[in-house]
Amino acid sequence: MEISVTMNGTARTADVEPRMLLAHVIREEFGLTGTHVGCDTTSCGACTVLLDGSPVKSCTMFGVQADGHEVTTVEGLAGADGLHPVQVAFQEEHGLQCGYCTPGMMLVGAALLERNPDPTDDDIRWAISGNICRCTGYMNIVKAIQTAAKAKAAAPAAATA
Amino acid sequence: MATEAHEDQAEIRGIGHSVKRKEDARFIRGKGNYIDDIHLPGMLYMAILRSPFAHAKLNGIDASRAQAVPGVVAVVTGELMAQHNLAWMPTMSGDTQAVLVTDKVRFQGQEVAAVIAEDPYVAKDAVELIDVDYDALDVVVSPQQALASDAPVIRDEKDGQTDNHIYHWESGDADATDRAFADADRVVSLDTFYPRSHPAPLETCGCIADVDGATGQATIYMTSQAPHAIRTVFALVAGLPEENIRIVSPDLGGGFGNKVPVYPGYVVATAASLLLGRPVKWIEDRSENLISTGFARDFHMHGELALKNDGTMLGLRTSLLADEGAFHADAQPSKFKVGLFHVVTGSYDMSAAHVVADGYYTNKAPGGVAYRCSFRVTEASYLIERLVQNAAYELGMDPADLRKKNFIRKDQFPYETPTGFVYDSGDYHGAMDLALEKIGYAELREEQERKRAEGKLWGIGLASFTEAVGAGPHKDYDILGLKMNDGAELRIHPTGKGILKISSKTQGQGHETTFAQIVAEEIGIQPEDIKVQHGDTDNTPYGLGTYASRSTPTVGAATAMVSRRVIEKARKIAAHLLEVAEEDVEFTRPTFSVRGAPDKAVTIQDVAFAAYTNFPDGMESGLEAAYYYDPPNLTFPFGTYAVAVEVDRETGVWQVTRMVAVDDCGVRINPMIVEGQIHGGLTEGYGIAAMEQITFDETGNCIGSNFIDYLLPTAVETPRFELGETVTPSPHHPIGAKGVGESATVGSPAAYVNAVIDALWPLGVRNIDMPLTSAKVWEAIEAAKAPA
Repeated sequence: MEISVTMNGTARTADVEPRMLLAHVIREEFGLTGTHVGCDTTSCGACTVLLDGSPVKSCTMFGVQADGHEVTTVEGLAGADGLHPVQVAFQEEHGLQCGYCTPGMMLVGAALLERNPDPTDDDIRWAISGNICRCTGYMNIVKAIQTAAKAKAAAPAAATA
Repeated sequence: MATEAHEDQAEIRGIGHSVKRKEDARFIRGKGNYIDDIHLPGMLYMAILRSPFAHAKLNGIDASRAQAVPGVVAVVTGELMAQHNLAWMPTMSGDTQAVLVTDKVRFQGQEVAAVIAEDPYVAKDAVELIDVDYDALDVVVSPQQALASDAPVIRDEKDGQTDNHIYHWESGDADATDRAFADADRVVSLDTFYPRSHPAPLETCGCIADVDGATGQATIYMTSQAPHAIRTVFALVAGLPEENIRIVSPDLGGGFGNKVPVYPGYVVATAASLLLGRPVKWIEDRSENLISTGFARDFHMHGELALKNDGTMLGLRTSLLADEGAFHADAQPSKFKVGLFHVVTGSYDMSAAHVVADGYYTNKAPGGVAYRCSFRVTEASYLIERLVQNAAYELGMDPADLRKKNFIRKDQFPYETPTGFVYDSGDYHGAMDLALEKIGYAELREEQERKRAEGKLWGIGLASFTEAVGAGPHKDYDILGLKMNDGAELRIHPTGKGILKISSKTQGQGHETTFAQIVAEEIGIQPEDIKVQHGDTDNTPYGLGTYASRSTPTVGAATAMVSRRVIEKARKIAAHLLEVAEEDVEFTRPTFSVRGAPDKAVTIQDVAFAAYTNFPDGMESGLEAAYYYDPPNLTFPFGTYAVAVEVDRETGVWQVTRMVAVDDCGVRINPMIVEGQIHGGLTEGYGIAAMEQITFDETGNCIGSNFIDYLLPTAVETPRFELGETVTPSPHHPIGAKGVGESATVGSPAAYVNAVIDALWPLGVRNIDMPLTSAKVWEAIEAAKAPA
């Protein structure tokens, strides 16, 4: 069946089988391979995308359920003015190693900062608790999201400078 | 041409600089290129049917319903594979493994048949329509069952195999050890089971086989930590000419040892592509990854430590039972049957040790047996560090004091262990002292006394590990006869930028950055100007790959040495440019200058340009070299980890309140990356200590076949780590580095467990086998409470 999705700000349509998972629609139909599949059971969060701004695990949604919604993937994180502060901070703080969990982690981090611009260590750890990282031990992911929070807070001042 | 040496020249960001990672640029944009991201024209998709039984005779397969599904192109069975002599393949340990079953299944999840279809969903649909006729057989799920005289013989297809025994292996000196034990005042023993765990990289295994029927060229994109070794194995298995095989290992979403072996899925996909003339993609799902690919450990250990009453260690005796699963598929040096377990004397000076090990077949998945460790070094470190703590308590000594009394002293290196390792360098007291200072050990012990008086269960655990990594010297280290040496090629382009091609393969360790830093250190070209290529066998030098913490010890060394070769030639060109004799040229990277006339100088970039534009008569043009490194010895990273825990008496829940890790991995190339490696290893070590386990019920059903049953640490329960470092360079490594990727997984499980046992010791708890789930801890507390 035909679905219409606002994919990273652009209206897209696709003709998909009703059973096709959103993760596969994103990867196969829209060709956006930054969304990864890690576990098939909603456990690891590698497939996390934002649906209308909130994190969802795209391996546990059908593509048709995204019909009429806005989907943001890692490819949509950067804006016209460059990388999202979370992306910059992940590189700066060594918040990634193999990179497989990174898109999901960054999207959860970005969504967290939208609703909580000054999260504590615990706030961040609970926010990313549905996302598994096997490489980093989370230390630098937490640090990266904190650094991104500071960068975001400083951004308006920088923009006027 | 000659330029003045600039004093304001940018600092070369070589060794010791926390250079931000080059690879991150693609990963943070979602532009990584993992196996499932690769799409080839005309590609087909493969799905595998796996056995629901752990041990069952195969009577027949009826694939007619599957074949009738629209979109199904082929169904591959063992019978078809046998027609091409591909029903069995060699393992990394010189055993054989079924590719697709022909006679009987030997573990749950074993590959029975494969469907090739135009669409991945259709392939999975069709797998469910294959009808298989099995007769269930009796099942063996432990080595204790396997060695029983009436146990069913799992590998009855092997000539002369009349039981389930695979190998008997010994190391050390039995008589000397007996004598040491005869002199002992006290023998402390421990029986412990290091359970089966799984590396579980976040990306599963997979491949795309693309065999061109016209040219015979086989390009196989594969999640492989060891692409060159795999190419050779493929040449041997499939009888394909090796020059026609190209293995491309793309970005890997983690590996941790899981992506070293050859898996049946790779072979079936390649055979299918050969037969069908189209590319075939196979991507495991998570359950397939956990139930069929390289597990780790599954090791039953008995250890005895002989001591004097004053705490002097005299000798160590261990006997071991290895559960190898249905096929002996360990990816480890062929000479050593339980890997490098014989490093079990650890950080301690003792005169004798004896290791006895036996391996058995069971009806369980076969494994590479490593999970972020150098060939069973983890099991060895765990056993000795658990034994030492128990010994300290039995002697009435503080565990830190007992360790310090017996540590190999700094002035004893190089130190030969009773099992034949020659430790290169160490300062065990230094690492221990720093760890104790950082955690505030004395104060913590005092606080523990107060907490105990209040009835609280507080524990402090230590582990002082020594690893043996960087395999290895060709004399002792090979896999399937392939010597464990590795290569690097460095080519400097005319504009002073370069490309380094290496035989190792990153899975997240940051090779594209750190190896460029080694070149920068040696020749003075900034790391961002050196592209690092790896993973493609057509475009990189031969080598055995990345696992067992061997990349820095082997390829890191090759990189330093190839850089020095390039400088040798560069010096000749510099002499030509400076119009002096070669011996009058001094090199202080990045500048070649005339001895005694430092103003007369050229940079490495000037020399690179001249190598293609203005080189002396009789010299070959270009500036490049290759180097294959044969390590003179292993390297021996070490450290002390200190953990404080609080255990809830009513629930058995334990929480890490402090975790201090002091590592000495020799010279640190990129401190930021080193610390990231340690964080990750401490977390996987915590997972192993606290929750990660694959078990089997009595009929061989795998429990732990998904991330709901196979638990991994999340950000919430993962401890907050405090790191410290000492630096004791390896004397034989060109840049003094030892490797660090696995230290923390090797050292930390014992530290966590020691802390929990320390908390429970006054109750009478002497051991709990990992993982220390809250239920097991609670049971131990309850059992200790019960009247004897």
